[in-house]
Amino acid sequence: MNQKGPRLGEPASLWRMRIVPIGTVMFASALPLMLPLIANSPVLPPLGLLFFLCWQLLRAEMWPVWIGLPLGLWDDLFSGAPIGTAVGLWTLASIAIAYSSQRIYWRGFFHDWAIAALLVAIVQSLAALITHPHADIGRVLGLVLPQIVISALLVPLFMRLTGKFDNFRLKRR
Amino acid sequence: MARPAHRRPGQSRKAQYSLFAAYVIAVTGAVAGLLLAILSVVDPVGFAQLRVASQEITAPIARASRSAIGSISGIDDTVGAYVRAGTQNRRLRRELADTRRELVATSSLQEENRQLKALLRLQETDKTALANGYLLTSTSTSSKRIALLSIGRNLGVAAGQPVRGADGLIGRVLGAGPSVSQVLLLTDVDNIVPIRRARDGLPALASGRGNGDLDVRTLNIANNPFKPGDILVTSGTGGLYPPNIPVAIVVRRQDDGALARPLADPGKVDAVSVLRPYTPDNIEAQGLPGPAAPAPAKAP
Repeated sequence: MNQKGPRLGEPASLWRMRIVPIGTVMFASALPLMLPLIANSPVLPPLGLLFFLCWQLLRAEMWPVWIGLPLGLWDDLFSGAPIGTAVGLWTLASIAIAYSSQRIYWRGFFHDWAIAALLVAIVQSLAALITHPHADIGRVLGLVLPQIVISALLVPLFMRLTGKFDNFRLKRR
Repeated sequence: MARPAHRRPGQSRKAQYSLFAAYVIAVTGAVAGLLLAILSVVDPVGFAQLRVASQEITAPIARASRSAIGSISGIDDTVGAYVRAGTQNRRLRRELADTRRELVATSSLQEENRQLKALLRLQETDKTALANGYLLTSTSTSSKRIALLSIGRNLGVAAGQPVRGADGLIGRVLGAGPSVSQVLLLTDVDNIVPIRRARDGLPALASGRGNGDLDVRTLNIANNPFKPGDILVTSGTGGLYPPNIPVAIVVRRQDDGALARPLADPGKVDAVSVLRPYTPDNIEAQGLPGPAAPAPAKAP
């Protein structure tokens, strides 16, 4: 077999196909702690979660359903929420996506948007409630509401970004 | 996109079992994760080290980006500033004129004060500062307000030490790693600080709202004694925070207390100092009249 150059019809590198989705989610989770931003409220959308959901909506069955366990643990290390929150909630979210992709016969752009926005809202609200179990429920939800609205509006952008990364992932050598 | 072709992966038993196993792992893992989360709410110290260790990884990048960009203050604050620009400008000009007048009066008082202090040989030495650093970055995607401090165990930082900026209290150290440490900010929902009103020593408790403001509640009085503009300082009650650190200024009254804004905005402070926790040992070591300071707190 000729190993020197790219061959016609040769598939993309297997290593890149696997590492790109996981790498983007992990980088997006850790990114807020690389920026010199001291926030007084949850101002940034949950970047890691948005990429995690978009990859699964774009490429159903690319990942096994338990992928939320390691990726969620990584996110928990950086998000500030108690460790285990994203492990549980992200995995439940990917089970929900797997279920919805079986139920909805033809998932369009607006379906994807709605599913991602709904899941972000549920995951962020539950994470906030787990983080502050003794605080007033209404106030805790009010705290994450602006973030949920911003995230819901940003879902199409993240879909596009994920699509770009997907093109890179599958680009032939 | 179209739904995946088949729910069951063909006739292969192996493929069916592996799909089933993936779901079993996912559900078990999710339940275990949520139990772990509840456990780490109850006992946050146990997992603090793991988290600090992982943030040691991003700290060098945060240091580099901070030195390149400088610190970005809160985005929400910037947006709000644009909205309020006109009225704020008018108000600030008025305040500036007033302040100039007061400044002239104060400068003569200051000189007099300096001379009197020299007569009494009083020295304002702050022996409580352990180390100085700056805030690198913070969590900005979750409802927890934790900032990363640029110094760690290498300079003697340990969990439970109070952190203050030039303008006032910032928070307390949650966990310290080899070269960075985590600071639970004053505005976090779970951070409760015993305070008193600077004017008359009225004791109260400040707890964060999570959005940059503080809730202030009195301990014993039924009617609401707060007025906008009241300055609140730490009382030293219960240890941990040394007394007389400025904390917040009351913005408006509420049904059950007042809404206050922290005097030190963590997004804008340059340097912060880590203090020794206010414990009986430290008070004696300093030789200061420690118990005398929080005494007015008991007599409102």
